[in-house]
Amino acid sequence: MIQTEAATPGVKVEEKLFFNRYLVDAGRPHIKVLPHETPSKALLSLTYTCPAGCYALNDKGQVEITADGCMECGTCRVVTAKTGEVVWNYPRGGFGVLYKFG
Amino acid sequence: MVDEHFDAIVIGAGPSGNAAAYTMAKEGLKVLQLERGEYPGSKNVQGAILYADALEKIIPDFREDAPLERHVIEQRMWTMDDKSFVGMQYRSEDFNEEKPNRYTIIRAQFDKWFSRKVREAGAIVLCETTVTELLRNAKGKVIGVRTDRNSERVMADVVVLAEGVNGLVGHRSGLRPELQPETVALAVKEMHFLPREVIESRFNLKGDEGVVIEAMGTITKGMTGTGFLYTNQESISVGIGCIVSDFAENGGITPYGLLEAFKNHPSIKPLLADSECKEYASHLIPEGGYNAMPELFGDGWIIVGDAGQFVNAVHREGSNLAMTTGRLAAETIVRLKRRREEFSKVNLAAYRARLDETFVMKDMKKYRKIPGYLHNNRHVFNLYPKLFTGAAQSWFRVDGKDKLTKEKEIFTSFRKNRSLIGLVGDAFKLARAWR
Repeated sequence: MIQTEAATPGVKVEEKLFFNRYLVDAGRPHIKVLPHETPSKALLSLTYTCPAGCYALNDKGQVEITADGCMECGTCRVVTAKTGEVVWNYPRGGFGVLYKFG
Repeated sequence: MVDEHFDAIVIGAGPSGNAAAYTMAKEGLKVLQLERGEYPGSKNVQGAILYADALEKIIPDFREDAPLERHVIEQRMWTMDDKSFVGMQYRSEDFNEEKPNRYTIIRAQFDKWFSRKVREAGAIVLCETTVTELLRNAKGKVIGVRTDRNSERVMADVVVLAEGVNGLVGHRSGLRPELQPETVALAVKEMHFLPREVIESRFNLKGDEGVVIEAMGTITKGMTGTGFLYTNQESISVGIGCIVSDFAENGGITPYGLLEAFKNHPSIKPLLADSECKEYASHLIPEGGYNAMPELFGDGWIIVGDAGQFVNAVHREGSNLAMTTGRLAAETIVRLKRRREEFSKVNLAAYRARLDETFVMKDMKKYRKIPGYLHNNRHVFNLYPKLFTGAAQSWFRVDGKDKLTKEKEIFTSFRKNRSLIGLVGDAFKLARAWR
């Protein structure tokens, strides 16, 4: 039961991420979701807990990630630590988010 | 680099890592500091308040060239419902002192400055380098690290893990358990820019005076968490954070939605009017306190800062604990080095003894029951703020009703919503957790 939009109407995280600077390690995403039939409750929750909105449901009801806007906070790692559905690493040195203010 | 051997390797260039690297390098140790960001600070997020006392003990004259924003002369604590807040505030001319006690800072700028000091003290700081694992000898003693630069190995007598809240290296090396969603908070924050005159008139400030607002209540939609708003010279840091498990179990509230609602609260919105947002950031905060702390040292390794859960969630202190633990770990290492003693678990226990003597462990221990209290008492964030603001409105609105009736109504509202036993119980549990 995902109510992301109903719970926060009109808030587009993409517009917020647009302020940030990133050096994307093209073709080498630092976070991966393992193949699954049905996502666990924990994995499903990432579609609204991720502060960068990196996680979304596909047509088959599986959770997918686009890590380009990732701020490397680690929330998804902590939430799915028990289920092991997310493989999480820091980006290679120098890549990823570059905070100007932090 | 491969063939070189260092006295100490420090993983991470945040406040704890910088404090440790600076202290050791200044005492002549051969120090290598590894940072995964392009520059120190590029991955670091904080509100941010700098506590002068902790930094003074490391760099006494830091005020001469550190990038400081405003010194804090006023603290506002707000308990909020959807339309109002009941506040407590403290402002004093005493905070306009020669050496102010707290400053707002912008971390990316501050961390660059601190890192420059570390390099000037003689440490080698290598950025864009992520540590992937700790290296151990046959006896299990940590003897160096492997990095993601061609899987290079670098050796050292001791490794200081100042890697921050996620503690990935320590966890993957089996030194510490995984973080729990119940004991870590997710905070999101925006930087809003305004001309400094506007900030000064809006917050009743002159010169470099600053105000901080800490807020709790229905702004976190029943989740355990707080909001904040800090004045910088030409910007305002505004953010909100809640325990990760609360976000995950609360059925669809997004962190950015929560932040947007906080910014649009009628008491916050005018403070941010006409500002330009230039950055959106997120970070985890270790909030588990004393009971969630991992082992802090072992054969050849020592943990400092957020990686060791050194955050006083009640007082919103963290960077001072980070700097102090970094300094105490470094002083322990320097002393052992001078005496040519081994960096064994037994010898590094001196670090723990130093921590116990200072405010660090005393405060961590004092509040050890608070995380559990808050976790099991959501009324603190939802019901009580509404009762307080309702009482305030009833008390201050002049509407022909006599005061005795108003008093009775306020008392009844508390009793009806939380029963006498509940009220007394909450107060008793809080008092016990606070001791």
